[in-house]
Amino acid sequence: MKYLEAIGKYFIMIWEVFKKPTKWRIMKTLIFKEIDELIYGAMGIIIFISFFIGGVVTIQTALNLTNPLLPKSLIGFAARQSVILEFAPTFTSIIMAGKVGSYITSSIGTMRVTEQIDALEVMGINSLNYLVFPKIVATMLYPFAVAISMFVGIFGGWVAAVFGGFAPSGDFIQGLQMDFDSYHVTYALIKSVVFAFVIATVPSYHGFYMTGGALEVGKASTTSFVWTSVVIIIVNYVLTQLLLG
Amino acid sequence: MIEVENIHKSFGDNHVLKGISTIFETGKTNLIIGQSGSGKTVFMKCLLGLFEPDEGQICYNDRYYSKLSTKERRNLRQEMGMVFQGSALFDSMTVEGNVMFPLDMFTTQSQSEKQDRVDFVLKRVNLVDAHKRFPAEISGGMQKRVAIARAIVMNPKYLFCDEPNSGLDPKTAILIDNLIQEITREYDITTVINTHDMNSVMEIGEKIIFLKNGLKEWEGTNKEIFKTDNKAVTDFVYSSELFKKVRQMYIEERN
Repeated sequence: MKYLEAIGKYFIMIWEVFKKPTKWRIMKTLIFKEIDELIYGAMGIIIFISFFIGGVVTIQTALNLTNPLLPKSLIGFAARQSVILEFAPTFTSIIMAGKVGSYITSSIGTMRVTEQIDALEVMGINSLNYLVFPKIVATMLYPFAVAISMFVGIFGGWVAAVFGGFAPSGDFIQGLQMDFDSYHVTYALIKSVVFAFVIATVPSYHGFYMTGGALEVGKASTTSFVWTSVVIIIVNYVLTQLLLG
Repeated sequence: MIEVENIHKSFGDNHVLKGISTIFETGKTNLIIGQSGSGKTVFMKCLLGLFEPDEGQICYNDRYYSKLSTKERRNLRQEMGMVFQGSALFDSMTVEGNVMFPLDMFTTQSQSEKQDRVDFVLKRVNLVDAHKRFPAEISGGMQKRVAIARAIVMNPKYLFCDEPNSGLDPKTAILIDNLIQEITREYDITTVINTHDMNSVMEIGEKIIFLKNGLKEWEGTNKEIFKTDNKAVTDFVYSSELFKKVRQMYIEERN
């Protein structure tokens, strides 16, 4: 019952976010600020993780391809498929749920605790639109980050394969090009748009409706990370069934 | 002027406000006092329109809040200024940004007009060299002044203050009280202050409402509070030995 109530409250929040918009002149500044915080600020960790995940996937695949009849190009093929289909969109989103989600929950939660949200409400401002809408718009640029993650992940795989001595560069690149279906990239980018919406809204919900003091802000950040991850995993399953099933 | 007519407010089984009626007059500092849990904050949130009363009416200069459309309520909100207990300044903005925020949101003034207005109100609250500083870089007293400046920058008709001098030293607290009273008179604002501070009660209580268990137990002025025989009021106001002695001296002097 408690979960149903929370889900209902979440959807009412989403509805409220799009009502009574803030002046465009103000909103524009907020959106650019959020792009800087949520996307540009997260690029470092996305690139770092993607590079090493790509490398690890390649090494794992290479170590498991022990049959001499299997061509080395399969290493590149497996790395490409793993990175494009799952690691870049889903794994990166879980990391983003931790980094960006915690930031969103704690920043909005702190505003709640220090009555800054009440101050907005008293002024007659739609605080949900003012605080959450720019975050939703900013995270819509997340597919660009995922595209970069795909590139860096595959590059990490190539580095691991070639410099680790698991496959020659030519074989790896041949594997990357083997049976390439561009729809897989489209599928991954569609997923990342939905994940971006989840990453912007679920932590906002936990921050906006939190009660208590500084300790509760920390607890809300943890809860928000758990729920954002759970929602991403469930949505990933549903979207995979719908788009690839 | 704000007229409150028999308002009730409950949260589940908790009946917080049990029928409060009063009038907050324009150009006067109206104080709401009472013990913790007496319903002061809920009462103020009802006055601000953040809570809708379950029963009763609140009338702002002949406008009944419950009868206003969403747009009219929004316009009414823009006639209100609020000073929060913790100042509630936006951490990410400078002092100047905080004060300019309502102007940015609700006016079409040019940047120079807004800047002039911000300079004027900051000067009015005696803050002349803090424009570019962030809230975390200024003292509690200065933060309260910025909060007052932000509250009055739109020329409000109603000013609400929730414990404006909590956490301040006695001297700064008196300065803040006097500033609020001066502004109230100068701009002919209806000011409502929620306070625990007995110095404020004695200094600026032009009208005082004492709440107890969600009911209005007593109302009067800071002069009348010395004379009252209401036990609940005297127990609350004169709870310290010092205030008991002051009251005794006042009564003896009068006799």
